[in-house]
Amino acid sequence: MIEKTKIQVPILAELAAENKQPEWLFWVGSAGAFDDRYKKVTREFAKLLTYFKVDYAVLGIEELDSGDVARRAGNEMLFQMQALQNIEIMNGYGVKKIVTCCPHDFNTLKNEYPELGGHYEVWHHSQFLADLIEKGRVKAPSSMFSDKKIVFHDPCYLGRGNGEYAAPRSVLEAIPSAKVEMKRNKSFGLCCGAGGGQMFKEAEKGNKEVFIERTEEAIETGADIIATACPFCMVMMTDGIKYKNQEERMKNYDIAELLSMSLGL
Amino acid sequence: MTAQIIFAGALLVTLGVFAFTMRRIFLYFKFTKKLPLNDIPKRIMVTLKVAIGQTKIFRHPVMGLLHALVFWGFLVILIGSIEMVIDGLFGTERVFGVLGWFYNFIMASGDVFAAIIAVAILVFLFRRLFMHVKRFYGPEMKPVSKADANLALSFILLLMLSLLGMNTFYLLEAHNEAHEIAGFYPVSQNLADLFAGMSDEGIIFWHHFNWWAHILLIFVFANVLPYSKHFHVFMSVPNVFVSRIEPLAKVANMDNITREVKLMLDPSAPMDAGADEPIEKFGVSDANDVNWVNYMNALSCTECGRCTAVCPANITGKLLSPRKIMMDLRARMKEKGPGLIKEGASFDDGKTLLGDYITTEELWACTLCNACAQECPININQPSIILDMRRYLVLEKSEAPSGLNTAFANIENNGAPWQFSPEDRMNWAEDLFLKSRQ
Repeated sequence: MIEKTKIQVPILAELAAENKQPEWLFWVGSAGAFDDRYKKVTREFAKLLTYFKVDYAVLGIEELDSGDVARRAGNEMLFQMQALQNIEIMNGYGVKKIVTCCPHDFNTLKNEYPELGGHYEVWHHSQFLADLIEKGRVKAPSSMFSDKKIVFHDPCYLGRGNGEYAAPRSVLEAIPSAKVEMKRNKSFGLCCGAGGGQMFKEAEKGNKEVFIERTEEAIETGADIIATACPFCMVMMTDGIKYKNQEERMKNYDIAELLSMSLGL
Repeated sequence: MTAQIIFAGALLVTLGVFAFTMRRIFLYFKFTKKLPLNDIPKRIMVTLKVAIGQTKIFRHPVMGLLHALVFWGFLVILIGSIEMVIDGLFGTERVFGVLGWFYNFIMASGDVFAAIIAVAILVFLFRRLFMHVKRFYGPEMKPVSKADANLALSFILLLMLSLLGMNTFYLLEAHNEAHEIAGFYPVSQNLADLFAGMSDEGIIFWHHFNWWAHILLIFVFANVLPYSKHFHVFMSVPNVFVSRIEPLAKVANMDNITREVKLMLDPSAPMDAGADEPIEKFGVSDANDVNWVNYMNALSCTECGRCTAVCPANITGKLLSPRKIMMDLRARMKEKGPGLIKEGASFDDGKTLLGDYITTEELWACTLCNACAQECPININQPSIILDMRRYLVLEKSEAPSGLNTAFANIENNGAPWQFSPEDRMNWAEDLFLKSRQ
């Protein structure tokens, strides 16, 4: 029989009050906290953290936007205000290791916070999960996807931006299923169209939307599932699937969701 | 002796014109922003890999191989060109011949490479003239850009033909005069058989003709290059050395903003050294606002269009073309540079890079996906200039698309780009259960 245990997500401030310091900070990110679709990914990742008995906590309401969008849209002032406040909070708690589901926040925290005084070991959740798999901690995933074909869409800020192509693929390898690649993959991967602030503005005049170009490429592979590892890519691919009327045939999941589902969590 | 004097004169004119051109171009660098060059060992590795090893050009394997062969061939043939300058000045013949087996090796490689390069150039010309390769077209590719490409290719073709001619008639001349042959020439040996019936005078004439044609073409080519997109030939290796070596997604920090923000967050904070400096302009609106590496990038770009061909905005019909950004920067500096030299940094001709060359529509179409920077065979970084121009628009002019302004306001007020209350940041964790099989 299946038993359900309630998860109480640990909050850093509460642990600090008890003089406890968790090993990991799970950086939820604005999309992870507020975007309805990506909230589900956050929940699945929190389940995985609990399942693997990871010593972690979140900042909760103390977390501010990382500033990625503001910075890339040219608003350096706003970015640094966010960054410096986040750094002050994290340094106050003595945060050392961070894991996040968002490649944009991963990049900002890992590469851009150090220049403002925030020095942390930052992991993307694909790397975190790949590491658990490598350590042999992922046991007996179900065969629920074994008749499915999965195609991975590389997020720019994980792949090209930070050279990580292997980790998300090794997470998918651990899930019994067929894998295919798009013509433009890894460093050749095509952007979903949402980066650099595009998520929050109208697209410039052109003859096509970027997300449609990318979704068509994914559809061409004959895959049943587009796997992503980024909140922005997820919005774009989900919209693309709807636009192309493929909702019956094709689904869009984050790699953490796929792993969590195949572990039956 | 007459020949030596003529040669010395030609060399002097070449070096003189070259020095004049280069001085002008390098004076423009004085008007660009400083940027320290860190991590020299890593830069040497990147140069060996990307420039000498040509790794990134191989992202297009077939054309990449042809380009790599042309590049490696140039490196070998360069040794022969240096020898020709010494021969020309001192009236010697094949002076490096004393190097023995090494000379044989270098000459044989150069001879074979000359033939390979000639074939590669013919393929390149054929592609440009008769095949509609999409990346060679676009609004920024004016007839002059195309003529520039074809001119440079023709130059190189003539250089290679004259090199092979020189070797061929050298072999025939040595045979006639029964003197020892310095070097080994696998391709020219076979060509020599074709001209074996030629008169002695003819052979001597064509040997001299090809020798002079080759070296004079080099002299002229060297002075045409700085005015052409093929300045690439000189600039690309140093450009790779000075190129950005951080992860592509990392954005450079604006330290002048950091000072202001720190004061804003904590007015009692001690003023750092440097706070008294005059307030600089935020971001880039004209050619002399960029840093020197940006300008180096623009001078090195050979307009191959690999960046534009992978740009998601360009692919989907938007105005943005990363190649155009580099071409615009170079053209604008060429236009404004002389005035800057004459009147100093405050020179104003009523025009700007942002506005008169690059439109805001182009800038806001960028997804900062870094596909262009990833693709560039010589590590040009187009996104950093695009972002610096966005910074100017937002920080100096408060001009951003309305959607972004809304996101800015939300981030400032709620700590998230969407309009949600910060109190709701933990809502995702409600009613969360872990299932397990018992």
